[in-house]
Amino acid sequence: MSIVVDIVLLTLLAVAGIALLRIRNLFAVVMLAGIYSLLSAGLFTVMDAVDVAFTEAAVGAGISTVLFLGALALAGHHENRPGHTPLLPLIVVSVTGLALVYGTIDMPGFGGADNPVHHHVADHYLEESPNEIDIPNVVTAVLASYRGYDTWGEVTVVFAAAVGVMLLLMGGRRSRAAAGDHGQAGADGQADGAGHR
Amino acid sequence: MREEIIVRVGAKILTPFIIMFALYVHFHGDYSPGGGFQAGVILTAAFALLALVYGLAAVQRVLPPWFTRLCAALGVVIYGGVGVVTMLLGHNYLGYDALAQDPKYGQHYGILLVELGVLVTVFGVMASVFYLFAGRGRSES
Repeated sequence: MSIVVDIVLLTLLAVAGIALLRIRNLFAVVMLAGIYSLLSAGLFTVMDAVDVAFTEAAVGAGISTVLFLGALALAGHHENRPGHTPLLPLIVVSVTGLALVYGTIDMPGFGGADNPVHHHVADHYLEESPNEIDIPNVVTAVLASYRGYDTWGEVTVVFAAAVGVMLLLMGGRRSRAAAGDHGQAGADGQADGAGHR
Repeated sequence: MREEIIVRVGAKILTPFIIMFALYVHFHGDYSPGGGFQAGVILTAAFALLALVYGLAAVQRVLPPWFTRLCAALGVVIYGGVGVVTMLLGHNYLGYDALAQDPKYGQHYGILLVELGVLVTVFGVMASVFYLFAGRGRSES
């Protein structure tokens, strides 16, 4: 049963990916990207990675779609045709893809129970977390307790990224409020932002 | 979209449930998939939905941009603060065992507090970035 679901989801993913490449209307592209994320979330669910699926659905299909729509309001809805032929990018992508496939030949079988990745610290997490942490969701136990430092790093990275975005985008707003005039202030803001950088 | 009555009423009805779901995802993260990160994103989605339907100004009256920026920093302070508190109690940084008599309860409190920090930061960051993009688009069009 799960193999049928896998095949259906992967086929739809491929269809969505090809459609993403070919469509020039960016509104449709944003919607397709959301659908792509949702399909990936379905795929993660089939692999029993519900936490990852949850995040993918919330971030990929939810918030980033909204942010892309916000960006489209600034940048226009139509993508211009690229000025160069797709030959060089195609060669680069093919070579990289083949190298990656070659790399997977050395890897242990997908999902095997005795893969090294499942026996380094995972055994300890699965066997001892009921005694040490006593919460049923081992993913949360690993994220917040065993790997608390990693999550602390992630939170600071998210915060730092937001500070970066604010520094880039907020320069224009302040000078616009000061100048009052819209067209003039837009140009001022750009200059201001460049100055800050 | 501001004239569509079905969209307006639908968004108004859905918003409290989305916020409730975000809190459920956070507080139930010990037992089911989810946690602070997902909860923060879902909480942002509730306000993004309102902003798309009712306009940015209406939402910013309820949730001003200075507040979302404050949240972004506050979450980091909560997370780091838990670590400092456990250090002051004589354990390692983020050693939650220190937070209660029984180490298991300490772990429970620690994880809940730390996830709260994640929730507040992710919510603040996502909402701030959303405001920046949406606000820029509106005032220049």
